[in-house]
Order: sequence, then structure tokens, then C-alpha cells
Amino acid sequence: MSSALLELTAGEALAGIRSGELSSEECFDAYAQAAAADGLNAYLWSAEPGARGAGGEPLHGLPVAVKDLFCTEGIETTAGSRILEGYRPPYTATAVARLTDAGARLLGKTNMDEFAMGSSNENSAFGPVRNPWAHDRVPGGSSGGSAAAVAAGTAPWAIGTDTGGSIRQPAALCGIVGFKPTYGAISRYGMVAFASSLDQCGPLTRTVADAALLLSVMQGRDPHDTTSVGIEAGVELPSREDLAGLRIGVARDFSHHAEGVEPGVAEVFERSLALIEELGAEITEVELPHAEHGISAYYVIAPAEASTNLSRYDGVRYGLRVDGDLDLLGMYERTRARGFGAEVKRRVMLGTYALSSGYYEAYYGRAQRVRTRISEDFRTAFESVDLIATPTSPTVAFKLGERTADPLAMYLSDYFTVPMSLAGIPAVSIPAGLAQPPGGGPELPVGLQLTAPAFAESRLLDAAHALERTIGFDARPAAGGS
Amino acid sequence: MIDREQVLHVARLARLELTDEEIDRMAVELSGILEHVDRIASLELEGVEPTAHVVELENVLRADQAAPSLPRERALEPAPDPVDGAFRVPSPQA
Repeated sequence: MSSALLELTAGEALAGIRSGELSSEECFDAYAQAAAADGLNAYLWSAEPGARGAGGEPLHGLPVAVKDLFCTEGIETTAGSRILEGYRPPYTATAVARLTDAGARLLGKTNMDEFAMGSSNENSAFGPVRNPWAHDRVPGGSSGGSAAAVAAGTAPWAIGTDTGGSIRQPAALCGIVGFKPTYGAISRYGMVAFASSLDQCGPLTRTVADAALLLSVMQGRDPHDTTSVGIEAGVELPSREDLAGLRIGVARDFSHHAEGVEPGVAEVFERSLALIEELGAEITEVELPHAEHGISAYYVIAPAEASTNLSRYDGVRYGLRVDGDLDLLGMYERTRARGFGAEVKRRVMLGTYALSSGYYEAYYGRAQRVRTRISEDFRTAFESVDLIATPTSPTVAFKLGERTADPLAMYLSDYFTVPMSLAGIPAVSIPAGLAQPPGGGPELPVGLQLTAPAFAESRLLDAAHALERTIGFDARPAAGGS
Repeated sequence: MIDREQVLHVARLARLELTDEEIDRMAVELSGILEHVDRIASLELEGVEPTAHVVELENVLRADQAAPSLPRERALEPAPDPVDGAFRVPSPQA
């Protein structure tokens, strides 16, 4: 029974519980056992089978895996960092509280790149997560633990965070759905801050309908986060079966400037466009002339915000302290030296440099102006189209260790996802097919990204749902990977 | 582009102790990243307003009413060295 149970989408499991065919407790315990036996290092903590609490409408005790960036009262929250090892928050993040208030049960805390900085999960202080499709490859990042758990069937669904692609890129590399809502749709309260003007919580699921359900529960204004505005129109569960009447934009110029788009990824993308047309949508060329500069702007803005956000880790209020025969400044410097990993140090340095006297305008000021241009590009494009389609990631899952020596090559993984983050607009990655990695080997998932104007979540979910039905992606990772 | 001296200056601003090896590596890596970032230096951005935040928000206000907040003991629980209801730190001049 339990292995069949783990194959169900969250929506199917909920239907089973509502009809009485499935017990909520049996479902939770099956997942708790699967999470405990996880061989991918996807979890940093998981609940014991038999754990109860919560339950009730509308989520009926269904387990949910939560990225370890979300504070959970009394349960260790590390953000993938040594500097927070052992930290038990005195409060719970709003997004998580909304899920448990809606009847969900916390299944586990998932592994991630330290402070959500990374595109491969290799920056976790607690070891990399393995891709369930091929254990010698990365799951993507930074929400790699959440993506791997959902793809491997050790969680029915999960939540993560996306600052420049951290939900969409791992979802693509693991063959699942990843949804980044409009900035401000979900409260950031209790989410360990990386880049506050970009960070946004969202779902990682097996279907678009599951993503819509999680989003509908988590979204809304929160007095604890004054930048949260919610989705005023609400989130409708998707029902559309075709794309008739929709205009879908393709930005050829933006794609052509991408470095290293694999032929297999390009092929799946073109096949998806053909399907979009078959479903009745019109494909239109759009221009996003500044989107190709997204990575440059992002790698100034995000590190700048991170360098200020991470100044709070100083060995005083929580987490690691390294002292001894040191004065106050020495304690700060050594605590941060021991507590932060290489990528976090790199970004703190980059951000501090970009904000330092004499360089502020040349870097931060210019990057903020490029951000304005990118937002304007999208606004102009959305005057003539309803949605825009791009690949999610230029590549399929790459090998562990393949990109760790070259930070810039790693950053370019986010080429297609960063512009939407800078513009604050919603975007979803759905599995679109399989492709062989360059150099051969077993086929791996490829994601298709769709993006919409701010707060047009229901339109985006509807189109993604229709497309998901037609693509009919039903491949699953072989048990044990390959 | 970025030399050791600059790395050390920024590390001091960032309150980060770096090993000799880290200083050398940081100089090379930061230079490489900034070279890529410098592509935006050639863009025409005259008169373009900077974006600090994407959602247009006026001041968000609430009624000035006292409400329970995190008790002091709870806030101090995760601290490495809480003493007498406060956070203890080493002396600035040890």
C-alpha cells in the first residue's frame, strides 16, 4: 500500500482522505518513513512517524516538506549554514503557520544551499543533495532538498524560496513543478533573509493544481511583513484544457544571448512551443532587450542586500560564537570566518564592495537602473502577449563538482530565471520533456518556464495546467537513480 | 582588477577574517565576476529611475496599540552568552 500511496499527487491523496479511502495518519506515516529513509541527503530533519497535531480542512493532515530557510518554533533551522547550527527559533514563519493552520503537518526541513546562495545545493554546510534521476548529479538550487524530495516521492509537496530562480531551476532539474509567485504575494516573515527585495516563497509540487492549492493557502497580507500584499483576486484552482485565444511571447533575442544552452534543452523548448500552438495559442515574437543583463544586475543587487542582511550573524544574538582571547571586533570577524562557507563569504565581499564608498553608483546604482529597464521590457511585452515562454535552465542537471571551481559559470544557471525575479513577476517551471546531457548518459528532465504580469497568478496557473495535461510528462526517476 | 589591498579593505568592512589563501582566491574570483557585471557599464541609463522595490507601496501604517511581543527570556534563549536578561559580548578592548 504505502509505495502506491507515495505515487499519489497531493490532490489525489486529499481526495482519498476526503472519501475515506485513505487515512490521513497512514498517509503521514508513510511519508515520514520515506523521508527518514531518504538516501539523497534531501532532509536535514524529518518528523517521526506517528507525529500528529494539525489536520482538518482543507489539507487534512497531509505532510509538507519545508526548506530549512523557514523558521519553525522549537525545531532546528539552519538555512544550510554552520553559523545557525543548533538554532531553534522562538517563532514560526507565517507561510508555514498558514499551512499548518490549514491542516497540513510538518514532514521535514529540507537541505539547501547556505542562505539560499547557490544553484546546485553544493553550498550546503551539511553536504550536497543528490538528484533522484542520477545520483552523481546536482538537484539544482537553492531549494534542491525540496525539489529532490518531491521528485523522489519522499514528500507529496514542498515549499521553497526563490530569489533568482531557486524554486524554478531545481524544479526543472528534478522534473517537477516549481512556482515563484509575484513579489509580495506571500509573507516573508520568518523566512531567513537573503536579498529582501527579491526573496519570495513558493511551492514545489508534482502538478500545477497542487501548486495552486499551496499558493492559495499561503498567499495573503501579513501584518508581520509590511511588504506583503497578497493576491487581491485570490488564486483559482486551474481548470483550463486548452490555450485558445492566448498570445504567448517568445523572446528569441534573449535566448540567443544565453551562453551554453544545451541542444537537448533547445529541442524540448521548440517541441513545447509546437504544443502550445496545437493547444490554440498564438506564438508571438517579443523583445526583452535588457533581460540578457539580468545576471549582471542581479549579482550586484542580491549580494549587496545579502551583505547587509547577513551582518546580523555576529555571534551575539543567536548561532555560532567563536571567542577566546579576542576583543569584540575579533570575535565578530572570527565567528563569521568559521560560520560562513566559501560562497557566502564571496557574496558578502561582493556586496560590501558594491556598496562601498566610491563604487556605490557605478555598481549598485547602475544595477538598480538596469532593474527598472528589465521591468519596463516586461511591461511593454505584456501589452501584446498574455504570457512569455522560455526554457527554465540552459542545461539539464550537471554533475556534482562540475561547476564548483567557477562561480560565474554557476551563476549563469540562472540566466533565464533572474529577469522575472528582478521584475517581481510570477513565473512557473513545468516539466516539458527529457533530454540527454552533453557527453551522453541517461535522459534527464527539462523545464519550461512561463511568466505573467504581476498578480496574474490564476492566468499563469491555468495555462500551465493546460500545457501540463498535453505534455503528459509521466517519467519518474528510477529507484536508486542511475 | 581587485588587488589584495582592496580585498583586505572590504573584508574589514564586512567583519570577515580571511586566510592568506582566501585573500588571493577572492581577488581572482571577485575580479572575474565584476568583469561580467561591467557589461552594464556600457548601457545608456541616463534619466532612468533606480528600482529599489518592485511593489509600489505607500507607508504601511497600523494603529498605535500595544500588543504582546516576544518575551525577553524567549528572545534570549538562542543567544550564545545571555547574562542577566541581556546579551554579553567580549570587551571592545580585550
